[in-house]
Amino acid sequence: MAWVWFHRFGSPPHFYRLARRLVPWFAWPALLLCLAGLIGGLGLAPPDYQQGDGFRIIYVHAPAAWLSLMVYVVMATSAAVGLIWRMNVAHAVAASCAPIGASFTALALITGMLWGRPMWGTYWEWDPRLTSELILLFLYLGYMGLRNAIDDVPRADRASAVLAIVGVVNVPIIHYSVIWWNSLHQAPSVMKFGRPTMPASMLLPLLCMLLGFSLYFVALLLTRARGEVLRRERNARWIAAALEES
Amino acid sequence: MGGYARYVWPCYALSALVIGLNILWARRSLRLAQLDARRRMAALATAVAS
Repeated sequence: MAWVWFHRFGSPPHFYRLARRLVPWFAWPALLLCLAGLIGGLGLAPPDYQQGDGFRIIYVHAPAAWLSLMVYVVMATSAAVGLIWRMNVAHAVAASCAPIGASFTALALITGMLWGRPMWGTYWEWDPRLTSELILLFLYLGYMGLRNAIDDVPRADRASAVLAIVGVVNVPIIHYSVIWWNSLHQAPSVMKFGRPTMPASMLLPLLCMLLGFSLYFVALLLTRARGEVLRRERNARWIAAALEES
Repeated sequence: MGGYARYVWPCYALSALVIGLNILWARRSLRLAQLDARRRMAALATAVAS
């Protein structure tokens, strides 16, 4: 049963139509959650006893950093599925992930720098967390560069999929860098085993933002992947009917 | 913002920009793919008719 669903999802016409129907179901909750997170984070959460109001950067920095990792995992998983099952839709999803992931990795780095200046006294430090996140940005850029450098789409799919799969080793390194090495960056306060070390008034807006950003990513990915599927299925018969529906 | 406004607001402005641009790029990419597909379908229909 699970495999039937899996293969149906891999069918381009089915994916194209399903993605169209799913987008509003992710986009509207994402908007509401982000609004709730913003109100809670900027208006209701008290200032931090050490960082003052500077800690409010966390409400955009942490979701951006979370997305940078999540998008990479989705990209590498899709690339692996595309490589193993030769599924065109999976490659389209992987290709659609890269620009989203790159933009949120850059956002995480820049917002982290803007937080670091008042807290650490410097915009940049070659700290394990910051350095591994910068490597993640280079992986995204390398993935997009490799895709663009190869004209033959199936070859570009295979080559970039290998790069995405190899690069996934960086994801646990980023997450555990603050535990494995001496780091300026603070240890995990939400995504860790046991109770989070934040009070509920600060934590709930952050959870809203994390979930809101995640749903926003799914809506964005589905929209981008629909375009990518259309470009790949240039001469398929189903396209005429699907275009009439939209 | 307790003296942190020059760091906090640029973060939020930049985040809004990245979120907005991603939406614009995604919609534009889909629209261009749909336009291209429609053009191809029209060209194919003309070729078959002639």
